Amino acid sequence: MEREKVIEVKDLVKRFGAFTANDRLTFDVYRGEIFGFLGANGAGKTTAMRILCGLSRPTSGRVLVAGIDASRRPEEIKKRIGYMSQRFSLYEDLTVRENIELYGGIYGMAMKEILPRREALLERLDFTSYGDTLIRALPLGLKQKLAFAVAVFHDPGIVFLDEPTSGVDPVTRRQFWEMIYETASRGITVFVTTHYMDEAEYCDRITIMSEGRIVALDTPSALLRQYGTKSVEELFVKIARPQRNTV
Amino acid sequence: MAFVRKEFLHIFRDFRTLIILFGIPAAQILIFGYAVRTDLKNAGVAILDNARDEVSQELTKKIDASEFFYINRQLDSYDEIDATFKQGRIKAVIIFPDRMASGIAREGKATVSIIADGSEPNTASLVTGYVTGILNDYSATLTGDVTSSMPVINPEVRMYFNPNLESHFMFVPGVITLILILICALMTSVTIVREKEFGTMEVLLVSPLKPWQIIVGKVTPYFFLSLVNVIVILLMAWFVFGLPVRGSIALLISECMLYILLGLSIGILVSASVSKMENAIFISFLALMLPSLLLSGFIFPIENMPKIYDYVSMILPPRWFVEIIRAIMIKGAGFGYIWKETAILAGMTMILMIISSRKFKTRLEEGER
Repeated sequence: MEREKVIEVKDLVKRFGAFTANDRLTFDVYRGEIFGFLGANGAGKTTAMRILCGLSRPTSGRVLVAGIDASRRPEEIKKRIGYMSQRFSLYEDLTVRENIELYGGIYGMAMKEILPRREALLERLDFTSYGDTLIRALPLGLKQKLAFAVAVFHDPGIVFLDEPTSGVDPVTRRQFWEMIYETASRGITVFVTTHYMDEAEYCDRITIMSEGRIVALDTPSALLRQYGTKSVEELFVKIARPQRNTV
Repeated sequence: MAFVRKEFLHIFRDFRTLIILFGIPAAQILIFGYAVRTDLKNAGVAILDNARDEVSQELTKKIDASEFFYINRQLDSYDEIDATFKQGRIKAVIIFPDRMASGIAREGKATVSIIADGSEPNTASLVTGYVTGILNDYSATLTGDVTSSMPVINPEVRMYFNPNLESHFMFVPGVITLILILICALMTSVTIVREKEFGTMEVLLVSPLKPWQIIVGKVTPYFFLSLVNVIVILLMAWFVFGLPVRGSIALLISECMLYILLGLSIGILVSASVSKMENAIFISFLALMLPSLLLSGFIFPIENMPKIYDYVSMILPPRWFVEIIRAIMIKGAGFGYIWKETAILAGMTMILMIISSRKFKTRLEEGER
């Protein structure tokens, strides 16, 4: 069964002057997949993600996101993706409803399309009573859930999550992952970076980056078997660190 | 556009922003205005009475009796004037001419010289104004006709230390100049940098909004609020201090718009260069407020400065803007008189916009961490 590719990356290279941040990355991501992107700080995750989001251009190589060439028409990519960053990204001084409206508007949705969907969303999240609460008055867990819901509010083909659960308690993280599963089941591809290794095991497939290169790419269980480790954490330490230790 | 609406919401939700936007201009007008006014209580003056007749003695008594002045000393000769001023206890010297009473009787007029200490321009202009008022009152009682257009006693005003004293109400143009720079540059840079700091800028950049749309969306509300501010200041100047706009209001407002655009481009430039709010505030204050305050000619006349500061002030937009709006408000000048200054401001705006849009763009491409 040939699945639909929503992200195709071939020989992606990104250099900043003499420094090579991404060295010949090659991978595909399929529709409806939860794709984990792992790596130590400075391994090149963020750089790669910025290119995939259309924020920065590759130095060389081919990058197609939702069928669009990232080096030619990055603006087109932006319309088709959702994005949520590790740093909290809703406006604290606006209410829940106003935030949703704003993002809907930014993604070019018409008001009459936004309003019914907004109410439906609040209903689904059990948020109706918070509709007119300022974001700053919400507990962190709820903010996080809402930020995610807003990131996929315009029904993008792909959503990029940049360390979405850092600083969140385990219960909230759990709930957050349930939302991710639910989103993926709707056919939205989830591209997520994280440094919680237990979360990596929730992904369909994971990529581990080290020093600008991809050092492993497969399903979590296949990788565990291949390297003979019991957890992704152990795996990560084994394959993402060795070069560092010899320096 | 949803984005502009959001920006307005930000402003109205944030009490502090509102205070800065509207409270400070009002406070400044009042402080500058009233501080200048109330200054003049019991100012010391010296009298050089060459006449020593009933008219001069009557006037001396009237001046001493008014709540604004007291006679600090009587001078005996012109030679004492300089030394007396340098001691700094008096604000003005009033000189009555020889044979004043008989002069009035024979020719129907006399000239009284008022020499004011021009090193404090505002006080000086008030002193001369009040003395002139007292003289006019007195001449009115002599002729018995208040509306007489030819006062019997002619005041002849001269400024000591600062012969080219600017007009009475120089503070209103100054406050407009300052406030606009403050709001436009400071507020826009802070609001843009705030998005960077809170991480919302990242989300905006990933969104389909183009960078110029983000910028325009961010500054549009400030553009309008600044205009509202200008109008509030003008109304206050008019109602509280009785300063009307002598020139064309449309021209004045258009010049203000140009200056607002300039301020906004400075704000954008600042925001593209820093990533912390404190830095944005710091830069705006140090690099914009102080030079504007000190070198624009608002408080200290440029004519009195060493040549070097004159040249330095030429690169500062406020200097040109102060000149423009003084010309319009106080002298009632038309566009023909200020096209040069306007062209300079327009040129500066263009250059700043080009630089800041370039800078903003490269920052985005290189990425910020």
